Amino acid sequence: MNTLTLPRLTLSAEFRTVAQRLLAVIVLCIALSLLSGAFLTVGNLVNVLRQAALIFLLASGLTLVILTAGLDLSIGANVGLSACLAGSVIQASGSPLLGVAVGLASGCMIGLGNGLLVTVLRLPPFIATYGMLWVVHGLTYWFMAGATIHGFPPAFRALGSGYFLSVPIPVYLMFVFLAIGIGFARYTTWGQEIYAIGANPVAARLSGIPVNRRLVLVYTVSGAMAGLASLIFLARLNSAEGDIGEPLTLPAIAAVLIGGTSLFGGVGTVSGTLVGALILTLVLNGMNLLAIDANWQPLVTGVIVILAVSLDVLTHKGGTAGR
Amino acid sequence: MLVVLGAAFASSGSGFLNGANLANIGMQSTILLLLALPMTLIMLTEGIDLSMGAVLTLACVVLAAIAVKTESVTLAVGGAVALGAAFGFANGALVAWLGLPPFVTTLGTLGIASGLALVTTGAQSITGVGDDVGYFYAGRLAGIPVPLLIGAAAYLALHWLLYHTRFGTYVFALGGNREALRLAGVRVNAYLIGVYVLGGAMAGFAALLLTARMSAAHPTAAIGMEFDAIAAVAIGGTSFEKGNGWLFGTVLGVLLVGVLRNGLNLLAVPSSLQVAAIGLLIIAALVIESFKSK
Repeated sequence: MNTLTLPRLTLSAEFRTVAQRLLAVIVLCIALSLLSGAFLTVGNLVNVLRQAALIFLLASGLTLVILTAGLDLSIGANVGLSACLAGSVIQASGSPLLGVAVGLASGCMIGLGNGLLVTVLRLPPFIATYGMLWVVHGLTYWFMAGATIHGFPPAFRALGSGYFLSVPIPVYLMFVFLAIGIGFARYTTWGQEIYAIGANPVAARLSGIPVNRRLVLVYTVSGAMAGLASLIFLARLNSAEGDIGEPLTLPAIAAVLIGGTSLFGGVGTVSGTLVGALILTLVLNGMNLLAIDANWQPLVTGVIVILAVSLDVLTHKGGTAGR
Repeated sequence: MLVVLGAAFASSGSGFLNGANLANIGMQSTILLLLALPMTLIMLTEGIDLSMGAVLTLACVVLAAIAVKTESVTLAVGGAVALGAAFGFANGALVAWLGLPPFVTTLGTLGIASGLALVTTGAQSITGVGDDVGYFYAGRLAGIPVPLLIGAAAYLALHWLLYHTRFGTYVFALGGNREALRLAGVRVNAYLIGVYVLGGAMAGFAALLLTARMSAAHPTAAIGMEFDAIAAVAIGGTSFEKGNGWLFGTVLGVLLVGVLRNGLNLLAVPSSLQVAAIGLLIIAALVIESFKSK
């Protein structure tokens, strides 16, 4: 049965990857606290964690997709549509629960659509999810017709801006999904099969892994996480517009790549993605504290993405050359 | 397909089939054509350039800023084309030398270019570019609208480049047969970078037409326009893999996207649904392509 050697990351390898990046987090923190007196305040640190939680939730599902050597470019658009649908359902029905269900369902459906395009129609993931991005984007704009919805019941807003024991609710969600993500990827057969698919799809198929079903699963999970992130984002902003999700795609991809997950598939961890989200958030937070114009943020994120991909490709090349 | 769509819009009797509207489609399509033609070459190399819309936007900003300051169209266009070429070079160098995946790389440069456009303008439009720039969209030469002439010239130039030069032959080979090309001693990376530089430079040049059309430069003017260009190329029958495709198909694809948007506009379909329709069209084109190749 176990003829296929899974590219299982040993605990120590995962620990090393995460430890290296945590060191970067600490260096960043020291640098920022020296540069700005406002950094090391409870209010600001809580703010950083809350922002990182949003990016992590979005990026954790994406991590699974990238582990299979795929990509999901539609997550930002997904957040937009799911938030708008959930927002209008909450306003129409007055029931936050119904809204949460609709947001999650919409996220899942978009993810499922991606999964089917990639498996049944065998489209390259980049292109399938890029097409989906625009389909979803168009539907959102049509649905909203330029309107903004705002003002949600406090029970719903607690999801994004509430506290429990003076820690924001999204931060709890972040740790819950971190635990689920690590448990799933490391300790379940399905999780290990996802690594195997990314490392070598042909070998994975030949060794009896139902590749297509696992791929549909990861794209659906990525969509569902986008749906969840949309709810938290909606609850925090307390308003929804057609384009709210778009600025989130690039940071999510950046978080996954900084976290050490390889675009070539088969290598990476969900815990790395959490640290990646923290690093990215710290950089953006630092720019805020130093009063740098927010318009610089897409530029800096773009540079970070390119640096992270370069690093990935260079280490990947080193790895294959040594074989 | 183009004929069917044209006939459908014509029969819906909404002012589609009159000379002014058809000329309008042609003129609006020229900007798209300037992006889609080099995008075809890039996609023939199994690459993509998602940064084209953002680079076009930034080039508009540069062009308008120079035009306002110096009142010289030549300098302004030169600056815009140089900026586009620089971004193209960055994309090409990252893809060719470092071997980065084009999708993610150009997504990164998209962020950089759109960020620069916002930062340099402070998110404000630049107005007052002058009539000399406006001529390139509204003017006529020998009775023919200038943009149509530019579009035709661009097509002929790229057709010659792709089908009658060694560069063109290598572009096809870069997609289907890169390793063989490398083994044959061709400087693969130089040609690959050249393709991206061409794309950036043409996006820079397209800034002239876009700025002329709006007589101003908006810091988000052409964000997302790469999507229409990619749609046009895909609908035109160029595949994302294996270096299969033809340049004239892209012209038809551009016209189809132009006709579709125009027809749907006349039928008062909101532009958001047009985007969704074009997204579906891309997926449909890919599905047809994947069935053909099986």
